Amino acid sequence: MKLAGWGRYPVIDAQLHTPRSEEALRDQVLHERSVIARGNGRAYGDSAINASATLHTKHLNRLIAFDPATGQVVAEAGVLLADLIEAFLPQGWFPLVTPGTKFVSIGGAIAADVHGKNHHIDGSFRSCVDWIDVMGADGKIERCSPVQNPALFDHTLGGMGLTGIILRACLRLRPVESGWIRQTTVTAPDLQAAMAAFEAAQDATYSVAWIDCLAQGAQLGRSLVMLGEHAKRTDLRAARRARPFEIQRRRKRTIPFDFPAVALNRYSVRAFNALYYQAGKRSRGEQIVDWDSYFYPLDAILDWNRIYGGKGFAQFQCVIPLAQAQDGLSALLREIAEAGSASFLAVLKRLGPQDSAFSFPMEGYTLALDFPVTATTLALLERLDEITLRHGGRFYLAKDSRMRADTLRAADPRVEAFCRSRVEMGAAPRFQSAQAERLGL
Amino acid sequence: MSKAPVLILGARSDIARAVAHKFADLGHPIQLAARNADRLQADKTDIELRYRVPVTLHEFDVLATEGHAEFVGALPALPGVAVCAVGLMGVQAENEQDMSAAVRVMRSNFEGPASILAVLANRFEDRGSGTLVGISSVAGDRGRATNYVYGSAKAGFTAFLSGLRNRLAKQGVHVITVLPGFVATQMTEGMDLPSRLTAQPDELAEAIARAVDRKKDVIYVRAVWWLVMLIIRSIPERVFKMTRI
Repeated sequence: MKLAGWGRYPVIDAQLHTPRSEEALRDQVLHERSVIARGNGRAYGDSAINASATLHTKHLNRLIAFDPATGQVVAEAGVLLADLIEAFLPQGWFPLVTPGTKFVSIGGAIAADVHGKNHHIDGSFRSCVDWIDVMGADGKIERCSPVQNPALFDHTLGGMGLTGIILRACLRLRPVESGWIRQTTVTAPDLQAAMAAFEAAQDATYSVAWIDCLAQGAQLGRSLVMLGEHAKRTDLRAARRARPFEIQRRRKRTIPFDFPAVALNRYSVRAFNALYYQAGKRSRGEQIVDWDSYFYPLDAILDWNRIYGGKGFAQFQCVIPLAQAQDGLSALLREIAEAGSASFLAVLKRLGPQDSAFSFPMEGYTLALDFPVTATTLALLERLDEITLRHGGRFYLAKDSRMRADTLRAADPRVEAFCRSRVEMGAAPRFQSAQAERLGL
Repeated sequence: MSKAPVLILGARSDIARAVAHKFADLGHPIQLAARNADRLQADKTDIELRYRVPVTLHEFDVLATEGHAEFVGALPALPGVAVCAVGLMGVQAENEQDMSAAVRVMRSNFEGPASILAVLANRFEDRGSGTLVGISSVAGDRGRATNYVYGSAKAGFTAFLSGLRNRLAKQGVHVITVLPGFVATQMTEGMDLPSRLTAQPDELAEAIARAVDRKKDVIYVRAVWWLVMLIIRSIPERVFKMTRI
């Protein structure tokens, strides 16, 4: 069948299997030429597609154990963060690290070693993982943790599923007093102000900025920096305090059809950005918002990936090291603004230090954008790659759908060692994705 | 007030699993019944952790009809709702040549489900309350060359449910016939099904819970199936026998 990632580009004709048991999964690992696991299909590009055998883990999604004293949960890889929140938030526990959608599987979160708005404080998803069970090319299951099989653990986190099939994991959740977030919005008229706001907010648990990519000149990089803290029970008004974990369920909206490709253009996005920025200015100061609206604004619109039209869209996310961040980001933003390409979603975030085998984050600033797939935007993305390389940055593979192998190698000196480890542990060439093939991993 | 338990017969299927999750989410204790019930331990734990309702496992063989009364007697509590999700599609070509295979399909889709629901119906009637849900099939609406063995058994089951509903309507016991149409499950995996006509198991579970709540009699999960089957049923036999639907 035709398979694609969340960006709906590229579309690949692939064999999809949905094993219902470990035995069925093992059978496919042993007998297919090469395989890749697929969680909930939230990677944007071709990370979780293998033409010969893509193994969907949606049926391997059972919760196995939970310790209400410590917030430690053991679950099969197909369990979604949304499932964890639904089951455990009412008991006062929330994921320690969450990306911008709750519809990612645990397996996918580990494979991409995702990060959230608290990376500068809590690090990447790795921080909440106690151990992982991984099925190797020989069908055997190995448990790995920072002390047991540490090499497998290190390479599985951020390894994009290329070290084996992630079957189960033990995670630690964060204790929270409520399902509410105290949000503060800081308006930053330009990039320098936005970065200053991040640097000033190093103690904030959560920080992220929406950035207007079409603003030019003196307004280049104007942003709304949003800071957040888990609200304590005493922060809530009395009515909510009685039921601190209950929020009003948002009505889910769906995008019923693919928008025509012209719906999002520089004019409509510019108009939206201007309005959004003004609205943000007005709502300065502190607000109390529910966890779902705060962490997952886009999840309320199911299938939002259809707004870019039938041809799909490409994400771009890079991180530029601290010392070169201002120059690098300015160059990227100038290039984007000049091209006039409409990126509806543009997110800037300060990442904290991280040293890992193949994970994306490192200390610096990360910029995430998305563009409808056209020849013009694909050419723009090539230029953004070059700017990132010039400033010592690297790229997030969970977002990538079109990068060249030599770009990745130039950006990331860890590629060689990662490939070597894959061979040593017997994971190559059995575990292979369309992305790994394209990037020569 | 604690809610009445929901019994799921044939608890291993994708549909059964979705139905169990749905009723657990509504706060009902769950009784999972299937062959090799001890192998459902992981599902029991999963449901208990997710919804904090008690789950019990019960050994059940739909074809061992002589044991059905005893099975119901041994349940920790008589359920408020019983959902029969037992079914066996079989392979039509095999069913045409091998009568033992055909008989197995007929017994699994009609005799067995009818037997267990009959036992439950009598107990519900004595109590004066309860809801029985039978998952039948649109395949029972008209016999077709491609699956008439399965279809005929489902036709029998559908008629049984309709008669049971008629008998118990004044006794406080409600009977729901579910005609799912295509559902994306293990049974239909690998088939090339039209997506607009194909329901997800969650969707089916949602529809069943709603039907129980609103005391519906016969439900098609996607409304379009009502129209599709109306058309299929109204083609004259003279014409129908020449088609390949």
